[in-house]
Amino acid sequence: MSYLAGVDLVGGYGGADILNGCTIAVERGQIAVIVGPNGAGKSTAMKAMLGLLQLRTGQVVLDGEDITALSPQARVAKGIGFVPQTSNIFTGMTVEENLQMGAYLRTDDITPTIEQCYELFPILRDKRKQAAGELSGGQRQQVAVARAMMTEPSVLMLDEPTAGVSPIVMDELFDRIIEVGRTGVAIVMVEQNARQALQIADQAYVLVSGENRHTGSGEELLADANVRKSFLGG
Amino acid sequence: MPETIDVLNAITLLANFVLLPALSYGSQLALGALGVTLIFGILRFANFAHGDTMAFGTMIAILITWWFQSLGLSLGPLPTALLALPFAILATAIVVIIFDKTVFSFYRRQKSPPVMLAIASVGVMFMMNAIVRFIIGPDDQRFADGEKFIIKAREFKTMTGLNEGLAIKSTTVLTVVITLIVVTALFWFLQRSRTGKAMRAFSDNEDLALLSGINPERIVLVTWIIAAALATIAGVLYGLDKSFKPFTYFQMLLPIFAAAIVGGIGQPIGAVVGGYVIAFSELSITYAYKKFLKYLLPEGSEPEGLAQLLSTDYKFAVSFIILVVVLLVRPTGIFRGRVL
Amino acid sequence: MSNTIRATFAFTVMAALLLLVGFYQSWNVALTILNLCLISAVMSLGVNIQWGYAGLFNAGVMAFTALGGLAAVLVSVNPVGEAWSAGGLGMLLSAFIVMAGIAIIVLLRRWLAAGPLRKLCTAMVVIAALVLLRSHYYDAVQSIEAVNPAKTGFLGGLGMPILFSWVIGGVFAAAVAWLIGTVALGLRADYLAIATLGISEIVIAVIKNEDWLARGVKNVSGLSRPVPYEYQLQNSEWFISLVQRFGESKLALLSDTARPAALQQMVIEGSSVFVKLCYSALFAAMLLLILWLCGRALNSPWGRMMRAIRDNEEAASAMGKDVTRRHLQVFVLGCAVLGIAGAMLTTLDGQFTPGTYQPLRYTFLIWVMVIVGGSGNNLGAVLGGFLIWFVWIEAEPASLFVMQFLTSHLDDASAWRTHLIDSAPHLRLFLMGLVLLLVLRFSPRGILPEQVRRS
Repeated sequence: MSYLAGVDLVGGYGGADILNGCTIAVERGQIAVIVGPNGAGKSTAMKAMLGLLQLRTGQVVLDGEDITALSPQARVAKGIGFVPQTSNIFTGMTVEENLQMGAYLRTDDITPTIEQCYELFPILRDKRKQAAGELSGGQRQQVAVARAMMTEPSVLMLDEPTAGVSPIVMDELFDRIIEVGRTGVAIVMVEQNARQALQIADQAYVLVSGENRHTGSGEELLADANVRKSFLGG
Repeated sequence: MPETIDVLNAITLLANFVLLPALSYGSQLALGALGVTLIFGILRFANFAHGDTMAFGTMIAILITWWFQSLGLSLGPLPTALLALPFAILATAIVVIIFDKTVFSFYRRQKSPPVMLAIASVGVMFMMNAIVRFIIGPDDQRFADGEKFIIKAREFKTMTGLNEGLAIKSTTVLTVVITLIVVTALFWFLQRSRTGKAMRAFSDNEDLALLSGINPERIVLVTWIIAAALATIAGVLYGLDKSFKPFTYFQMLLPIFAAAIVGGIGQPIGAVVGGYVIAFSELSITYAYKKFLKYLLPEGSEPEGLAQLLSTDYKFAVSFIILVVVLLVRPTGIFRGRVL
Repeated sequence: MSNTIRATFAFTVMAALLLLVGFYQSWNVALTILNLCLISAVMSLGVNIQWGYAGLFNAGVMAFTALGGLAAVLVSVNPVGEAWSAGGLGMLLSAFIVMAGIAIIVLLRRWLAAGPLRKLCTAMVVIAALVLLRSHYYDAVQSIEAVNPAKTGFLGGLGMPILFSWVIGGVFAAAVAWLIGTVALGLRADYLAIATLGISEIVIAVIKNEDWLARGVKNVSGLSRPVPYEYQLQNSEWFISLVQRFGESKLALLSDTARPAALQQMVIEGSSVFVKLCYSALFAAMLLLILWLCGRALNSPWGRMMRAIRDNEEAASAMGKDVTRRHLQVFVLGCAVLGIAGAMLTTLDGQFTPGTYQPLRYTFLIWVMVIVGGSGNNLGAVLGGFLIWFVWIEAEPASLFVMQFLTSHLDDASAWRTHLIDSAPHLRLFLMGLVLLLVLRFSPRGILPEQVRRS
């Protein structure tokens, strides 16, 4: 079994089911990417794995332990970091305070972790006394990722981290995410920019209507004519 | 050109009747508005029971003061009420927490719109009001003791040789000093302490705060305790400065809300600034400048009337007009609070 | 239980309660309560239009009812000729200055582009108007208030039948509501509450202090009535014979010598009951009219749109509905109804006493009525008006009774006992708060819930 896996997930937000039995799995040190058309349930699948919606059936397993019944907070405490798509920083607080809040649950010394975050995202060191809301879009995303890293998670989930940032910033963000992955963290990422995301994906899932349509490594899917035709615009 | 002595007299006059009173009234409003703005920032509703919370806290302080006085306890030149203050804060905090657990927490869990909580706070207001009236009655109560003045008007006159006296009431100094301490402590708490930061984070982005493992019930609890403390301190200081009457405290809701909105609702610094803005405008607009102008203008050209911009009967109109102007021109307030 | 049965049952209980008061206390008391129940029901309808249809929190109900009361004075009292000749011109001139100032500002805002120049010009016009106003206005006020201050000292009214004030009161309230709504709507929901709380303090302050308008706290009493006076009835043949016919059986039991005195007593009591009945009829007619209009409005396309906006503002806004404008409409309408109710109240009292307007009684009690009765349901609001007024009135003697009972073991002279008994009337505030919170929590849709319409 993979390090983190959501298996046969079925559920929705109370109305009709959005997830219809999809399975998402990721290993430590790998990047798993979820792509697919609008309304395919990509973000929903990720939120289900975090516990933000009630599953009807299916289970979520972390490091061999069934965590399906845990609250999102409890899952965060177990080592899952989550970066929401929007409102993912505390705009009125400084960058450093954002990081401190990310580590709210920790009782040990967090200075080394903050230092690691600054090494990973050097720009944040310069801006650490500045209100996070005053930063540029790309910098805000870095704050958001760094905040989630503060619990020293073993899994990092990112919901469309590159939404609304320029292509150059997107490339930089992807580079950083790869670096995070190299530290041994399992990364699950929902992406709108399918082609670029597949390029960095160790494992990729194409979801349609809440079901797995294609699964494979990023390279395989990029090479798959069907995937190219339907989802990558030829 | 008016002579120097006249200018000094004019300034003393203004200081005595506008600046000093506005300083203490502004401090009281600032403390009240801080409570409202904290509740607003964390629990996200306008608490209509805040005026009556102030009245309740003050009432407890008065009762304990009377009891201490009967025991012969006192603080010498300082009012005995200060000794009663911690107990009053404790009692008020317990009462508001009971109201939170029995009333407000339900709507939080339901994720009701803020206006539902505001209406629930009207129910709480009724009950608090009834408790206060039932226990201490609707009438005026004075409970200030200790030294009344630091400098009496007459002493000031003999000291300086001026025509006008500057009376410095001990309650004014007390109010300003206590406000300074409380505001500094509160800001330190919000900026530096772990819980304070968590409160700011919760106010900033509730979902992300929950995701970060911040316990909302604890934040809410701390917020109520701080709000109760601020309300009690503001109420006791106001009561020492003027007098205690439940209805007056209810009426303070308007200037307090105005102060919070003018400063930027949800912004503690805004609440403080807003309090002083409201107080200084209110007093300077309702002050009769006749005597002041008499000192400054050449003889014969002084105004006939009182030279008062607005009668004191309309002091509420001042807060209201400032409120309306802010809503029209800059609804987020001076310090860009939250606005939907 | 279906809604119709529920409503019938609730109103039957309400009627039974009033009848009980009639039988056990007196018919005079029962009718006094009934009349205020009717007026409360109209107020409650006004708040329901705002809260129930649109989810607006109006914390200044008091102001709009007071404006209605002011209208009653300004419509019904005879003009004071002396005051008009003393200061009428100055007052008209002041009014003209205000209107001219507003007109110039409106034109300025149309001609000049937004920017510092426009702000400067606006500020200058405001200051100029205030300076001009000062001289004329204060002189006029002084001359008017100097005219026989013990009796008049104000401009008086139009000398028209007081019933006209019911319309004018609505117009007054609507005008002020439009002003305040324009400023505070479209922002957060609680801003409207705070702004209306403010306007209510100011309206009351103005009415209390501007003696030239309606004598301020000196009150205007002896307003003309839309119904006959008791002494007129007591002296009219038809009324006496009416009473005689009603009381035939009772009178027959008495001896010939005792009969005239008993009859006179019955006539006096009867005249008072009759007058109250006349008021009841008028108020009931008005209530039914407003209720009918509200029902029509609620079921019209406009009403459907209002509910759609209330239930999902964003969706309605996305569908191109101008939410703020609709809110303004509904706010003004609700306030107009409150103004009408205020005029009715002053008509019933026969006097206008600004000092008695208290926010707990005139604003927040009305809120309890709406929430308890059933927000969004007009019949519910009416029921809430009846029930809560009844409880409000009867809770005072009841709490006194309870306190006396609870303290009966204490010594008569005990300070505790005196205090508890003296404070008993405040308990009804507690009761109101408790009822509001209980209903809000356990039955948030009220006694008569809004019917969910399915199409």
